[in-house]
Amino acid sequence: MSTMTVDKGAPTRKVKYGSMSRDRAWALRWSYFFLTLFAIFSLVPPIYMLITSLKSSAEISAATNPWWVFHPTLSNYIELLTSNQFLTFFRNSAFVSIFVVTITMLISVPAAFALARMRFWGSATLATGVFLTYLIPDSLLFIPLFKMFAVIGDWTGIQLINRWYVLLFIYPTLTVPFCTWIMMGYFASIPKELDEAAIIDGASWFQTLTRIFIPVALPGLIAATIFAFTVSWAQFLYPLVFTTSTDQLVLPVGIITTLIKGDVFNWGQIMTGALLGAAPPLIIYAFLMDYYIAGLTAGATKG
Amino acid sequence: MADVLLRKVVKRYEEVEAVRGIDLDIADHEFVVLVGPSGCGKSTTLRMIAGLEDITGGDIMIGGDVVNDVPPKDRDIAMVFQNYALYPHMTVAENMSFGLRLKHYPKAEINSRVTEAARMLDITDLIDRKPKQLSGGQRQRVAMGRAIVRNPKVFLFDEPLSNLDAQLRVQMRIEIKKVHQKVRTTTVYVTHDQVEAMTLADRVVVMNRGRIEQIGTPNDLYHSPATRFVAGFIGSPAMNFLPCRLEDVGGKLNIRLTDRIAFPLPGARAARYQGVSRTDKLLLGVRPEHIAEARVHTEPGVEAFDAMLDVTEPMGMETLVYFTMDGTQVCGRVNPNAGAHDGAPFRLAVDLNNMHLLNEVTGVVI
Repeated sequence: MSTMTVDKGAPTRKVKYGSMSRDRAWALRWSYFFLTLFAIFSLVPPIYMLITSLKSSAEISAATNPWWVFHPTLSNYIELLTSNQFLTFFRNSAFVSIFVVTITMLISVPAAFALARMRFWGSATLATGVFLTYLIPDSLLFIPLFKMFAVIGDWTGIQLINRWYVLLFIYPTLTVPFCTWIMMGYFASIPKELDEAAIIDGASWFQTLTRIFIPVALPGLIAATIFAFTVSWAQFLYPLVFTTSTDQLVLPVGIITTLIKGDVFNWGQIMTGALLGAAPPLIIYAFLMDYYIAGLTAGATKG
Repeated sequence: MADVLLRKVVKRYEEVEAVRGIDLDIADHEFVVLVGPSGCGKSTTLRMIAGLEDITGGDIMIGGDVVNDVPPKDRDIAMVFQNYALYPHMTVAENMSFGLRLKHYPKAEINSRVTEAARMLDITDLIDRKPKQLSGGQRQRVAMGRAIVRNPKVFLFDEPLSNLDAQLRVQMRIEIKKVHQKVRTTTVYVTHDQVEAMTLADRVVVMNRGRIEQIGTPNDLYHSPATRFVAGFIGSPAMNFLPCRLEDVGGKLNIRLTDRIAFPLPGARAARYQGVSRTDKLLLGVRPEHIAEARVHTEPGVEAFDAMLDVTEPMGMETLVYFTMDGTQVCGRVNPNAGAHDGAPFRLAVDLNNMHLLNEVTGVVI
C-alpha cells in the first residue's frame, strides 16, 4: 500500500527504490503472514467451542465432521441460562470480579502514586518488594493461605472458607502487586513538572493524585482494570481450593464441577458455559479498548 | 507583591554542594534574571525559592516572612516551567483556573481573572482548547496565564523560552517584558541565555559553580564586569582575552601583548593601573566592537595595528573578523564596506579607552 504511494510521484521509467521501502514491504509481508498465523491459532479454539455448543449431545458423540453443525440447536444455551445453578456461578463470578477490581484499584493506585512520587525512606525497597510478591506462583501459596484462613476461622469463629467472599481477600494478592507495578510505570512517565505545577497551584498530594494523575494516567488505569478483571474472572486454582459448595462456586470452577460428572463430560454445555463465561471480558475489552486508545493522548509538555 | 531575600542560602546534595551560600536582595516589582552555565545552581536557587527543594542552610524570605519550612502552596508564588507543565486533560481555561478552583474562589471572580489574563496574553480564542491542540508558543502563553490569574507575590520562570525556536523566543521575550510592565509582579527568571538575561532584567545575577559572580544592571555587567567569568559570559561574540603585561617606557605605561606589539595606555587607564605589579601575568579584555577597522585620524587611546585575517563573517550590518595573535584567536567587528577578506591582511585599531585589565591568576578585573 505504502509502496504504491511512493510510486505515484515517480518518473515513468522503472526506478529502483532504496532498500528502505523494499525492506518495509518485506517487513509488512512477514508481519501479515505471522499475524494471520497467530489469528488462526488463537481463533480456532473459540470457533470450535461455538460449533460444539450448537450441537446436541448425540451429534457431538456421533462420528461426524467436528467442524460442521448438521442439526444446530440452542438447547445448550437454553438449558444453561434457565438453570439457577449456572446463574449463581455467574453472579458469584460477577460479584467477586467487580469487588476485586474495586479493592485492587483502591489499594494499588494510591500505592503506586506514593511509590512513584512521594520519595520516602524505603520506598525503593518497597517497590521492589511489591514486584517480587507478584513473582510467587499461586500454586505455592494456596496451601499456606488455606491454613491461614482455617486458623483465623478457629480463633475468631469467622468462617471464611467455602464462602465466595473469601476470594475478595485472596485475589488481591495477585492483582494488587501487578496493578501497582503497572500504575507505577504510568505515573513515572508523567513529567515531574506536572505535579510540581499542581503543588504550586495549591493542590495537596491527594488532589494531585485525583485531579491530575488519575485523569492523565487513565490509559494505564484502564489497562490495570482490565488486568485485574481478567485475573479475577479467570482464576481457577484459588476458587477450586477455597470454595466447595455449589452455591459458592464461581463460573470456571462451577462449570467443571457440575458439568463433569465422574467420567461423563457434558461437552455441549461445557462449551456453552465457557463461551458465555468469555462474553463479559470480551465486552469489557471491546468497550475499554476504544477508550484506551482515545486516552493515549499527550500534550502536557513539549512535543 | 513582595520582595524576596536570600541569606547565605546553601543547597547540598549528599556529596555535591549545588548552591554555596548566596545572598540576594530582590526588591518589590523588580525583574531579576539568574543566568549562568548549566550546573551553576541557578535552577536550584529558583526551586528553593519556590519551595520545591528544601534548603540545606540559610534563610529565604518572601515579603518579610521566612519561608524556609513553608510549603510551596502557602508561599503565594507562581511558576512557569521550561516544558510548560500544562495539565493535558484540561482546557486552557481549566488549566489557568486550576489554582483558583482549588482555593474555592467564586466562579465570577475566576471567570473575570481568566478572561483578563487571556486578553492580556492574546489567547482568548484558545480558551476552550486542550494543550495538545496548541503550538509551543501558545502553550507557553497559557503557562504564563496560569501564573498571572493567581496574582501571586512572586513569579518564578524556569527557562521558559528554551523549548521555543529562535524567532518565537524573541517574540515571547517581548511578551514577557510587556506582561511584567503591566502586572509589576516581582519576578525571578532563570535562563542560560545571556541575551535573554540582558534584554529582560532590571538586574542580572550571574552565577557560576553555586556562587554569585556579580549582580548588576545589564549595562553594568556589560561595561564593568567584575570577573573574567562575567566578562566572558556576558556579550556575544564574547570578549577577547589576550595575555599581556605592563611595562614602563620613558615614564609612560605601556601594555605589551607580544614581543612585537605593545600599546601605550591612555592617560585615565594608565593612572588606574599604575599600582599593578609589572611582573603580574595579566589579561587584556577587549570586546569585539572595540576592535574595528583603523581610521585615518585616530582618536586618543585608539591604537592601530596590522593583522592577518583568518576568517571573516559578514553579518549584514557588520562583519566579524577573526585573527590570531600569539596563538590566541581574537574577534573584531568592522564595517562591512571596510574591505576585510578571508586570509588577507587588514589594518585594525583597538580602543583602549574601553579595555579591561584582568589578573590572569585570580580572574578579577582590575
